[in-house]
Amino acid sequence: MSVLIIAEHDNNGLKGATLNTLTAASLISDDVTMLVAGHGIDTAIEQAQSLDGLSKILKCDSANYTNAIAEDLSALVLSIADGFSHILAPASTFGKNLMPRISAKLDTQQISDIISVESQDTFKRPIYAGSCIATVKSNDSVKVITVRSTAFDAATNTNSNVEVSDVDAVDCAGISTFVSEELAQSDRPELTAANIVISGGRGMQSGDNFHLLDSIADKLGAAVGASRAAVDAGFVPNDYQVGQTGKIVAPDLYIAVGISGAIQHLAGMKDSKVIVAINKDEDAPIFQVADYGLVADLFNALPELESSL
Amino acid sequence: MKILVPIKRVVDYNVKVRPLSDNTNVDLNNVKMAVNPFCEIALEEAVRLKEAGKVSEVIAVSVGKSDSQEQLRTALALGADRATLVETDALLEPLAIAKVLQKVVEDEKPELIILGKQAIDGDNNQTGQMLGALLDYPQATNASEVELESSSVKVTREIDGGLQTLELNIPAIVTTDLRLNEPRYASLPNIMKAKKKELNVVSASDLGVDVNSRTELLSVELPPSREAGVMVETVDELVDKLKNEAKVIE
Repeated sequence: MSVLIIAEHDNNGLKGATLNTLTAASLISDDVTMLVAGHGIDTAIEQAQSLDGLSKILKCDSANYTNAIAEDLSALVLSIADGFSHILAPASTFGKNLMPRISAKLDTQQISDIISVESQDTFKRPIYAGSCIATVKSNDSVKVITVRSTAFDAATNTNSNVEVSDVDAVDCAGISTFVSEELAQSDRPELTAANIVISGGRGMQSGDNFHLLDSIADKLGAAVGASRAAVDAGFVPNDYQVGQTGKIVAPDLYIAVGISGAIQHLAGMKDSKVIVAINKDEDAPIFQVADYGLVADLFNALPELESSL
Repeated sequence: MKILVPIKRVVDYNVKVRPLSDNTNVDLNNVKMAVNPFCEIALEEAVRLKEAGKVSEVIAVSVGKSDSQEQLRTALALGADRATLVETDALLEPLAIAKVLQKVVEDEKPELIILGKQAIDGDNNQTGQMLGALLDYPQATNASEVELESSSVKVTREIDGGLQTLELNIPAIVTTDLRLNEPRYASLPNIMKAKKKELNVVSASDLGVDVNSRTELLSVELPPSREAGVMVETVDELVDKLKNEAKVIE
């Protein structure tokens, strides 16, 4: 068995989810190779060299991969895929976009979003927004897998000088062109990496009212999230969304404000260590998963919470 | 220009799905079925492009059992011009569905294929990308904006942390995210008209595609449940518990 991980990075450093993916890979085999493909990736390579559980790094520094275009990056992965029994990437928008292209070209049925490794061919994954957990066995000779990062600890970094070899870039297909990227600028931690998340739902009533969450988030060093209902209502952008169709988070503390607790939202946050729910409807389903529930009008409770922190 | 929109029949969004008592699969007896919400968004986008005069025909296609005709009728009522069901009794995995769709694309030759980014049953998020790979077409997943030109399509994508814009040569694959549009409801006259629109049924076995399962479902269980917590009366009590009992804030 030998595992290939496709590293997610931003050309400066590795993304956190790559470290969780490495932990999942280590449960499959102790022969783990990581491909870091991008442009100007020396820092990311240095980080990778310190990772425990990694046997080898493949480096492809080329302008072809600056923006991780799936058509081109999948061609590179296919050029080096020979001999690997498993190919893994994080189940982020990066991995979700890339991996099925690799899987289809290898004629294997991808296993998406695994939350546990039962054996080298058997994995658990959530289905129906996490209402059920399926145990799935793959009979393909190569397993293509995306990994839910919140289900695995991050790999540690006490290693040094993992061996690096260069691989050649593959010509671009030229059918898809990067135009621009607009990344949200925020001093707050990223949703999926934050230790504390405070999220608002339809009960927030407007996008303006999210400033009530912002000021608490600033005091707690928290990230701000939202339910799909709040996104659909146009209160906040989609990258705030926590849930089945948004981000999956598992912070130490998750504070749900004005969120009723639809199954699709719970799918994105119920693995949080401590859940707090603030809602004026005492029958809201969110209270069934909350460790601490407060029935209150959020417009009174939030200012009070801010001043008591 | 033609657009192909694959449609999946799934358990309705509001149904809470549970495992069968023997844990061999999920219990789908007598549950309400519907068009996968992301497929509805895909269809809405295609119909809007037609209404804007950029597209001449919108074709809905589904791969599944005979009862998927219901969802194709819905698609016709929502504005698709005609529909095709590739009928099979087997429950197909995304790779097999992508292979069937590849045949349909080779036959219909649409300039654009718009799919939902994921179906809310398996939550796989694979079919569009797999179809792109099989056809060697470019892809833009998680679309929040689509601008169709005569030889290219510019798509803004929802990515972790923000937005990315790509320009794809057509033919191309687009998969839809939530904010792309808000799908319309079918009006009664349109539901009546849809009954007269063409709905073609072909057998999956006639397409010569290998649709055998590559995976085995060993079991389906409920996720571990959380212990019910406590209710607090005041914000002060809450803050006290978080500091001194849960120790998650300082």
